[in-house]
Amino acid sequence: MPKITRRQVVQGASSLALSSAIASPMLLEAARAWAAESPWKPESGASLRMLRWKRFVKAEGEAFKASLDAFTKATGVKIRLDSEGFEDLRPKAAVAANIGSGPDVIWGIHADAHLYPNAMMDISDVCNYLGKKYGGWYPIAEHYGKDKNGKWINLPITISGNLLNYRISMIQKAGFEKIPNNTKDFLKLMQNLKKNGTPGGFALGNASGDGNCWTHWILWSHGGRVVDEKDNVVINSPETIASLEYVKELAENFIVGTASWLDGHNNKAFLQGACSLTNNGISIYAAAVRQGMKEIAADMDHAYFPIGPVGKPTEFHVAFPMMPYKHTKYPNAVKALLAWLMEKDQYNAFLQGSVGYLSHSLRAYKNHPVWTEDPKRTVYRDVAERSRSFAHSGSLGYAASSVFADFVVVNMVAEAATGAKTPKKAAEDAQRRAERYYKV
Amino acid sequence: MVSITGSNDKSAATERISWLERLNSNRNLLGFLFMLPAALVLLVFLAYPLGLGVWLGFTDVKVGRPGHFIGFDNYEWLFQDDIFWLSVFNTFLYTSVASVIKFAIGLWLALLLNRNLPFKSFLRAIVLLPFIVPTVLSALAFWWIYDSQDSVISWTLIEMGLLDQPIDFLGNPNNARASVIAANIWRGIPFVAITLLAGLQTISPSLYEAATIDGANEWQRFRRITLPLLTPIIAVVMTFSVLFTFTDFQLIWVMTRGGPINATHLMATLSYQRAIIGGALGEGAAIAVAMIPFLLAAVLFSYFGLQRQKWQQGGRDD
Repeated sequence: MPKITRRQVVQGASSLALSSAIASPMLLEAARAWAAESPWKPESGASLRMLRWKRFVKAEGEAFKASLDAFTKATGVKIRLDSEGFEDLRPKAAVAANIGSGPDVIWGIHADAHLYPNAMMDISDVCNYLGKKYGGWYPIAEHYGKDKNGKWINLPITISGNLLNYRISMIQKAGFEKIPNNTKDFLKLMQNLKKNGTPGGFALGNASGDGNCWTHWILWSHGGRVVDEKDNVVINSPETIASLEYVKELAENFIVGTASWLDGHNNKAFLQGACSLTNNGISIYAAAVRQGMKEIAADMDHAYFPIGPVGKPTEFHVAFPMMPYKHTKYPNAVKALLAWLMEKDQYNAFLQGSVGYLSHSLRAYKNHPVWTEDPKRTVYRDVAERSRSFAHSGSLGYAASSVFADFVVVNMVAEAATGAKTPKKAAEDAQRRAERYYKV
Repeated sequence: MVSITGSNDKSAATERISWLERLNSNRNLLGFLFMLPAALVLLVFLAYPLGLGVWLGFTDVKVGRPGHFIGFDNYEWLFQDDIFWLSVFNTFLYTSVASVIKFAIGLWLALLLNRNLPFKSFLRAIVLLPFIVPTVLSALAFWWIYDSQDSVISWTLIEMGLLDQPIDFLGNPNNARASVIAANIWRGIPFVAITLLAGLQTISPSLYEAATIDGANEWQRFRRITLPLLTPIIAVVMTFSVLFTFTDFQLIWVMTRGGPINATHLMATLSYQRAIIGGALGEGAAIAVAMIPFLLAAVLFSYFGLQRQKWQQGGRDD
């Protein structure tokens, strides 16, 4: 381990202080200018409470906090920022909606605003303004952002990508230059990887991120879906069964233990060199870079999920929208803040700090250098463009959220993959479980 | 007129005093009044949440949305729900196997520690270790021990040449059940062992001396002295042990989240998954309420067991 001297520490601290001393007046100037022109003037004496999920990356958390501080200095609106693990955050968001009090803005996960749309503020003016200014929202962002009547009830600030992570040398040894773009060849790749003693694997346990992402992809890739456009449950279909037959073949080539895998297992197995191919956010790569695991960082890359018989991308990526509560005493301050966070300077810093974990929902940010300065991040640029919502093809709301949270699709795929049930039986049981939630 | 009123007032005043005095000296009433604050605390903090939980089980309330009374709908659905029944089965398997083994090993450890061993206090402290470590931490440790790729157990066996691929501890349903039960046993033994050890130390050595003089062997001394005198403690310890195991949540949640394919979902974890994460508070409450009869049975068993002198002395019901 390199030895750090006191002098180095002092130098580091002083350069940090210097850079922040230079940066903050600039940020403050920009913030003042923005506040003077902004269509939303915060109420005098306004103060806000915000609750967010615990950051994945330190730099993102810092960039976000710096944006909030600049906003406070420019507008005088004090902001208290708290953070929680995102699973603990969801009940809190619901309670705030229920009792009409609590944080003014909650930065949550998935589509929780659609569970209590009446507790949300109408922020259509902010979202339309941002859409116009920054090249428009991706359809998935509009889908998450708007309620049934087309009113914007939450700000789809970011989508977190979940794509294939693979070891370059291992797939080359398995006879492929890159990840094949169709499911047929993908099966071949997985078989070869297994034959070579370098198997890949996907989480089959109740892994709310990785498990849901890959199982929804495989279901949709063959044309299966939980519900149709009118929210009728149609998961027990020949297409679903075809996808499960495919899963069965695919899973025979998985690394041992995937039935127990939760979200963290594949990261660990991949970083140890045991697993050659899996699905994940950019966190495996980021960890390899951060921890100086040069061999793995150099030998790994990312790819889109292959396209199935339906002939188009069928990926699922996780949305992290911001929910503005109607109970706030300072609606203009909330609107001003939301608009501020999505403006060029702040959002660029936010994307830069996120190093590929979080992707943009407004088209103009597609050209951000974070996506090209390291080519291994580039595929994560397109996740908003390629993502469907977990409610596909139906509407967001209680039933969709419950089916998702109860792992109906994950369990169905796992049952077929492990041979616990035949594909037909697994699809029938999933139909029954989903119907129960959509009945109400 | 005046004097009559006056005398009336006087008698009324006397009556009031005597009524107050009577109240003051009424032991039942005073007892009731003195208990009232404690009763209120119990009502507000224990009975109300329990009542609310039971009520929620009869509604279709969702997180963030008020519900309607729907009678036994939740229970009817659960009755047809394979995963619910699987969780009931898992809970019973988990509780019964873990409790029996915890009792056996706990008692054995207590008997060992009750002897005159070198480093007695040190050994006793060590036994408590699994109990002191926060559950989440020990669950994380087991998460590593049972890892599908680099479990220390698999690694050792492979290095010794006994295996050629790692054991799939948590990926195969039966392995997973055995693994989580083993983790629970490890965690639960100290409670049983230390409490039984405390019980053992209340047994007077003179009884053993007398028995030895009468020619009793070790087994007879255990069977006729230790066990009967230990019964009240065993009843308490095992009641608590069963309650803790039956309602276990953290170990499962950290290690498997109920997987693989719900093979280790307990009623508590399923209830949390559906109520808090899935938002179906009504249904989750119904699952939790379905645990109450079993818990109540365990409590009543111990309550009556403790009340009964005959049981305490190792006798049977007439």
